[in-house]
Amino acid sequence: MNKKAGGTAAPDRGVGGGIWTFPMIAPSVGLLLIWMVVPLALTLWFSFQRYNLLNPMIKGFAGFSNYVYLLRDPALYTALWTTVALVASVLIVTVVLGTLFAVLFNAQFPGRGVARVLVISPFFVMPTVAALIWKNLLMNPVNGLFAFLMRSVGLQAIDWFGSLPLTSVIIIVSWQWLPFAFLILLTAMQSLDEEQLEAAKLDGAGPFAVFFYIIVPHLKRATSVVIMIETIFLLSVFAEIYVTTSGGPGLATTNLAFLIYQRALLAFNVGGASAAGVIAIILANIVAAFLVRTVARNLD
Amino acid sequence: MAAQTGPATPIGKQLAIGAVAWIVALLMFFPIIWMVMASFKTEVDAIATPPLFVYTPTLENYAAVNAQADYLKFVMNSVVISLGSTILCLALAVPCAFAMAFYPGPRTRGTLLWMLSTKMLPPVGVLVPIYLIGKQIGLLDTRTILIVLYTLMNLPIAVWMLYTFFKEVPKDIIEASRIDGASTWQVISVVLLPLVMPGIASTGLLSIILSWNEAFWSLNLSASNAAPLPAFIASFSAPQGLFWAKLSAASTMAIAPILIIGWLSQRQLVRGLTFGAVK
Amino acid sequence: MRRRSLASFVGLGALAIAAAANLNAASAETITIATVNNSQMVAMQRLAPNWEKATGNKINWVVLEENVLRQRVTTDIATNGGQFDVLTIGSYEAPIWGKQGWLTEVDDLGDAYDYDDLFPSVKDAVSVEGKMYAVPFYAESSFTYYRKDLFKAAGLTMPEKPTYKDIESFAAKLTDKSKEQYGICLRGKPGWGENMAFFDTLVNASGGRWFDESWQPQLDQPAWKEALTLYVNLLTKYGPPGASSNGFNENQALFASGKCAMWVDATSGAGYIFDASNSKVADKTAFAAAPKGSVDTGTAWFWSWNLAIPKSSTKAAVAKQFLAWATSKDYVQLVGKTDGWPTLPPGTRKSTYAIADYMKAAPFAPIVQQAIISADLKHPTKDPVPYTGIQYVAIPEFQALGTQVGQNVAGALTGQMSIDAALQQSQATALSTMQQAGYL
Repeated sequence: MNKKAGGTAAPDRGVGGGIWTFPMIAPSVGLLLIWMVVPLALTLWFSFQRYNLLNPMIKGFAGFSNYVYLLRDPALYTALWTTVALVASVLIVTVVLGTLFAVLFNAQFPGRGVARVLVISPFFVMPTVAALIWKNLLMNPVNGLFAFLMRSVGLQAIDWFGSLPLTSVIIIVSWQWLPFAFLILLTAMQSLDEEQLEAAKLDGAGPFAVFFYIIVPHLKRATSVVIMIETIFLLSVFAEIYVTTSGGPGLATTNLAFLIYQRALLAFNVGGASAAGVIAIILANIVAAFLVRTVARNLD
Repeated sequence: MAAQTGPATPIGKQLAIGAVAWIVALLMFFPIIWMVMASFKTEVDAIATPPLFVYTPTLENYAAVNAQADYLKFVMNSVVISLGSTILCLALAVPCAFAMAFYPGPRTRGTLLWMLSTKMLPPVGVLVPIYLIGKQIGLLDTRTILIVLYTLMNLPIAVWMLYTFFKEVPKDIIEASRIDGASTWQVISVVLLPLVMPGIASTGLLSIILSWNEAFWSLNLSASNAAPLPAFIASFSAPQGLFWAKLSAASTMAIAPILIIGWLSQRQLVRGLTFGAVK
Repeated sequence: MRRRSLASFVGLGALAIAAAANLNAASAETITIATVNNSQMVAMQRLAPNWEKATGNKINWVVLEENVLRQRVTTDIATNGGQFDVLTIGSYEAPIWGKQGWLTEVDDLGDAYDYDDLFPSVKDAVSVEGKMYAVPFYAESSFTYYRKDLFKAAGLTMPEKPTYKDIESFAAKLTDKSKEQYGICLRGKPGWGENMAFFDTLVNASGGRWFDESWQPQLDQPAWKEALTLYVNLLTKYGPPGASSNGFNENQALFASGKCAMWVDATSGAGYIFDASNSKVADKTAFAAAPKGSVDTGTAWFWSWNLAIPKSSTKAAVAKQFLAWATSKDYVQLVGKTDGWPTLPPGTRKSTYAIADYMKAAPFAPIVQQAIISADLKHPTKDPVPYTGIQYVAIPEFQALGTQVGQNVAGALTGQMSIDAALQQSQATALSTMQQAGYL
């Protein structure tokens, strides 16, 4: 591993010797600081207010009542579980398939460039549109394509959103995010040391050994990034649920983002929405802390 | 292209791999094909059972979409906003990620994680304040406010991605060029930049896509002048009336430009960090 | 060619009038109109250049899907944002916003506007304490669509005013799942404007209500149980698969492609079903009133789309001109002549139902007219209620509450919850919502 050879240089001095990095980092950090502190302060402030856009008569200090209403709501805990299930399932699907796809599309074959773009394309489709296509043109149990295929081989059509609501949402969201995982992992595959691969093959390593002992470790850092970034976006999946099931039936597909929308935004209850937002931030940070322990180690 | 992936693969194996890969690619792409097919159907054909694979194509949906909305206006807004925010975002993120990857300090990792945590704030909570601020400074329904917001939204993601790509660069290459007497600027422009271009390109593409598809702020802060493509789409997904063929047409029009951008940049994206060659 | 020269002649005349009017009015202005993308509104957008030509003003259009639009304009109006000069709003928002003082009164559009020509129920829906805050563009009710060919083949006759008992027995006879023919299609997708729109009428028909006079939720009462049991029974036995995610659109698609024998839904869907280029059943469909339940009151719903001017608009005078044009008798005529008579904006003006061409071209018109006239927003059901609205409750909290109850109804439909559990949870939600909002 040549790469590590250079790592002996003192890490805080870096490769260029001591240069002043402040002007490089400061603009980004400064802007993000404003972008975070101002909304965070506002969110916190509103979460303790009785504030409804549609009803200016409701006003004043609310104490913890916005939080109490939310925490007393049994739907919150179902929604938390749904959120975790959704995020975890999509992560597993996209990372596993993404890795396999990355290996597959890194090999040489005719028309590779075109094929790669085809795989990446679902990422270009807006979430609302993706959900509408899947719901109405593909998964509809009466006039959808899947129902037609099932019936033409003599099977009963699946009532996707009725009997497998969360699975259906997971399929749609995975379809959208798989290209992202694929893109990152494929880019990382490019830096895989060919000589090392060849050497391993000469030593008699089979394809599985190569995959698990060389490729997977090599993709560690890229995988971490995929997991971190996808988690951020998956925690707030909304359009796919809104379009297909509206969080139902029952609470089967109500995740935290949808719960906030439904409890607060639909009623323009800014106080309640802010309280929910604060809870969401706390939860997201718990998730992040957890991720950091398991994932971020791979970053350096 | 052949040289970068090492020794040539035998033709037979290439074909076998190719067959599998193409099946996968077509399956992934299929929903989009199906949508494009629907866009050339009449509304009745689009909901026909069994679904129609063969039909008489019609352009009536495209005509209807064009008659109802000024597609070019929306596309122009989308292009300006996504490119504008992406350029701004990269201009901020590249130096930041560079410094973090090559000159890590004790707080680097903490800063990185903190940056990501700014993404966790749900936007619904700040809609009203942002709207009021936009109104005060007269930026509602302008491209500027969307460019600024998207830059801030995508900045953490961009820093993260660039950081990991920069980390992939073998330090010895840079060490070697320093020993050869290159200045910091030369190290960056001659040695480093070519190596990290694919990373910057895929970060840029990601930022463009995220801006292109962003629906919450674009719908809420624009009216008629600055409205980008998500607003165009929102005018065709109706809760009343049959609309799948027209929506498919509108969606096809909305993803076509970005598909072309993706297509053009794909070589750039996966040309590979050609470290092997420098060793 | 002839038509165009006639149009330009009319245009010229209008220009002259406009020029005269401009002597005392301000010079030409550009107004921004936010509207939903329903076909009636799209037609308005298409015809608006007539108005632009006649008055010299210009229009910027913001056309959005209903739910997106609602959120968009609410943000703007509640923050006094001033981005729009004309808004398209439902009969749900109009009284709420009017009461807040967010809308300009529109009682003064001139004598030619003929306010008395508007149906009283339509006018009431957008008025607060006798003042109109919006002008109705079109109104809809609900009724029963049915397939006369299937009824005939099975030897059945649909009464003019069916009961849910009739509907159930018809549905049982007309369901043939092997042929993908379902006895009845109803909305099932959760949402206050989706499954709850239909389900609320069923509750009313069963004698139930959302709240008693002191805003105490009544969702745990027997009437609700009766309604939900009937609903679940109908759809699980005779409905299409996937009913729990079908909204208006999905059902319209099913009915138009010949999968449903009956469908109870908005009257505004009739134009589409009757259009042979959209539907396979254009010549096989007939209509009856919305089904009656165990009590005499409450069968059909009422909804209208209206044009309003936010207080924050600085161009209210021009906006009023537009309102007067777009909801006038002349506009109705214009639509009939350019787009065809069946597509007239229905349900707002008595004079519309005096147009012979329309009555001939739209067989559903008399039922719509009857339903609109008999709609009583203040007394939607058997018992008195403190709210207005038939398939909604015109309070700001209802969107959230209705959608949550809608989820439970869908949960009962798919069997994920028992009927009792669904209603108990709904009652608890309603209670908590009302407490939080300070009604109780």
